[in-house]
Amino acid sequence: MPEQTATPTVALENIHKRYGAVEVLHGVSLRASEGEVVSILGSSGSGKSTLLRCINMLEVPNRGTVAVSGETIALHQPQEGAPRPANMRQVERLRSRIGMVFQSFNLWSHRTIMENIVEGPVHVQGRSRSECLAEAEALLRRVGIYEKKDQYPSQLSGGQQQRAAIARALAMRPQLMLFDEPTSALDPELVGEVLKVMRSLAEEGRTMLIVTHEIGFAREVSDRVVFLHNGLVEEDGKPSDVFENSRSDRFRKFISQER
Amino acid sequence: MIDTGFLADTTMRLLGGLPLTLQLVALSILAGTALGYVLAIMRLSGWLPSSIASAYIFVFRGTPLLVQLFIIYYGLSQFEGLRHSFVWPYLRQAYWCAVLALALNTAAYSSEIIRGGLLSVSAGEVEAGRAIGMTRFTLYRRIVLPLAIRQLLPAYSNEVILMVKSTSLASTITMMEITGISAKIISSTFRPVEVFICAGAIYLMLNFLIARGFDLLERQLSPADTTRPNKHRIQGDIIA
Repeated sequence: MPEQTATPTVALENIHKRYGAVEVLHGVSLRASEGEVVSILGSSGSGKSTLLRCINMLEVPNRGTVAVSGETIALHQPQEGAPRPANMRQVERLRSRIGMVFQSFNLWSHRTIMENIVEGPVHVQGRSRSECLAEAEALLRRVGIYEKKDQYPSQLSGGQQQRAAIARALAMRPQLMLFDEPTSALDPELVGEVLKVMRSLAEEGRTMLIVTHEIGFAREVSDRVVFLHNGLVEEDGKPSDVFENSRSDRFRKFISQER
Repeated sequence: MIDTGFLADTTMRLLGGLPLTLQLVALSILAGTALGYVLAIMRLSGWLPSSIASAYIFVFRGTPLLVQLFIIYYGLSQFEGLRHSFVWPYLRQAYWCAVLALALNTAAYSSEIIRGGLLSVSAGEVEAGRAIGMTRFTLYRRIVLPLAIRQLLPAYSNEVILMVKSTSLASTITMMEITGISAKIISSTFRPVEVFICAGAIYLMLNFLIARGFDLLERQLSPADTTRPNKHRIQGDIIA
């Protein structure tokens, strides 16, 4: 287990998020230390994706703080009206160090797989193209789609697209990876190839936050499992504790329904 | 009898008006697209800018270009303030009145085309750009605009071709572009059919080249292998 005293890679404190009159997160706190793999489970509508998106400010919390590697993101959170980051530069800088993998892949359709991978390193981080190309080739080999490098996203299967999206995130050399239901849009037979890549990332000690419905995977790969229910943390602990001795009826019901 | 000598001679004289036609098209498209872009952004913004842009589009799309041209050419001199302003040296010339009318008119149409293009960009692809840390400017330049332009190109090529033909209206305010020269030749030769056939042929050639240009551009911007299966699928769906 990583040291609890060290600065956490992500620290969410008392996150509240409202859409109009509906509050979806009612004060959620969550920490992840370096090298930790945290799975966030919960039924749909529990707020787990929203919580994940608050980390890189794709959603801005109405209340509460987000800190990445000890750096708190400056927010403007008025009582009325929409909250927004106080300093977009800071958010952009932090985002470039946080990889995100989406449910619907979101590869750029006008670029080849290779161009998708080098886009961020070249145009956000300003690294040299030739260096990035070499690194991208290695990443594509790693996720097993090197032979697809000159094709366009629409020519790939869902599983291949998601692996390309993971490579795109890795190309930024992120210190933290966020996965927002990465296998939910895939045909069942394609889920395995994506989980395999994610497992290898977990094994090399990357810090990962995974919103998922793959309970078996979460149980095997995670250092910690967090269960959200109606915008609140209902369970938070080691998979062995949570899955075997959950005090929460809702959680036991949730896992029995899911599989 | 076809008088090939007269046709060749007329065509050569009409081609003398081609540079002016091209200038009118280029300047009005350039200015009109810039204004159209601003209008499109206004339409996608809050209530007030959106209403202003809608009113503009309503007026300039809803009235004939010829009427707009006449109002600008004959009407602007009535405004005392304008006659004493720095723009008057330009607006007193038929040339700039034609450019202005054409630009204001095409802006109304292009703004809707541009708005459609911007709306077609998938939210997920934009979000992926934000998530990777792109600034607004980089996001626009690398993701939003390329995707939007690819979508709006077919509609936009229509607008450019319409503008080429619309420049002929500039002849009504003394511009000696292709149609203006045609009228002049007709007044001395009384052979309208042959002259207008020559003029029409020149417009046709010009628009053929423009259509080809847009075709190539579209191909360049769309990865061939991804659009072709789509095209076949769509054709199949429509025919079957």
